[in-house]
Amino acid sequence: MSTETPLIGDFHAAPGATPLGGARIGVVTFPGTLDDRDAARAVRLGGGTAVELWHGEESLQGVDAIVLPGGFSYGDYLRAGAIARFAPLMGRIIEAATATSGSRLPVLGICNGFQMLTESHLLPGSMVKNEHLKFLCKDQVLQVENTSTAWTSQFTQDELIAIPLKNQDGQYLADPDTLEALEAEGRVVFRYVGENPNGSRNAIAGITNETGNVVGLMPHPEHAVEAGYGPDDATGMRNGTDGLTIFTSVIASLAGGAQ
Amino acid sequence: MPRIIVEVMPKPEILDPQGKAIASALPHLGFTGFSGVRQGKRFELAVDGEITDEILESARTAATEMLSNPVIEDVISVRVDDEDAA
Repeated sequence: MSTETPLIGDFHAAPGATPLGGARIGVVTFPGTLDDRDAARAVRLGGGTAVELWHGEESLQGVDAIVLPGGFSYGDYLRAGAIARFAPLMGRIIEAATATSGSRLPVLGICNGFQMLTESHLLPGSMVKNEHLKFLCKDQVLQVENTSTAWTSQFTQDELIAIPLKNQDGQYLADPDTLEALEAEGRVVFRYVGENPNGSRNAIAGITNETGNVVGLMPHPEHAVEAGYGPDDATGMRNGTDGLTIFTSVIASLAGGAQ
Repeated sequence: MPRIIVEVMPKPEILDPQGKAIASALPHLGFTGFSGVRQGKRFELAVDGEITDEILESARTAATEMLSNPVIEDVISVRVDDEDAA
């Protein structure tokens, strides 16, 4: 019984120890965050220990990596992610992610978390409303174009993955020089495959910073980590678990002393 | 109460989806003659007491660093609201 995966919603039950267990990954909750529990669950299913962090705290509690989950922090007031960017804990995260000495904290921003990362200037560009103005919720195929980041090391180059996409402000924008630099430096990590779902420039779904420790993406890997609750795949309905590799990647990166 | 008005608009080169939706809805309500709409933001910053140069400068900084995102928006104006004085 103890080795079974805990039930959905059972936030406090941790799965059994795994070979790479021990990586402590902080999941930050802001007022209006929706996907923190799914993100924490994804961390545990990936073999890590999820540490709940509150946006108003000043301490990162010594975590090895950070996930900024999706949702509508502060109701998306002002701009999506704009007010969250000024939360006390975000200041600590920005310092740790850009540290000039020692290893830089791996940070993953999903959806609203990606918006926080651009508002914090940890990643370039910005998000505006989807070109078609509709809130979109669908399973989306992405191509993984950079497997050297802390969060994508276990994907294969150009691997196609399917994870849910659900947002309103998902259209990625940056000025032409920034786009050119992102492309030239291989910093587009995830690109939409097929029809561009929201008008994002260059069909960009996710990017990384120059050092590969900070990654942001609009689609939701944490919703595709468990058979029965993910996108459909070849093996059956809702069986897709492509998102799990993001979480196992960072744990492997931490274990291997990468970054 | 004295106020500082900050106006922010989406950059001209960036498609404003909300403005576009409003523009397409106007004719349905009989408002013809408008060829385009862009939607921006107006902030009213209330000040207790007199608006000094220092406070105005502080508002300008806030407009640039927080009230707008320079990737997608321009600060159009930061000015003292003079309606009360009239």
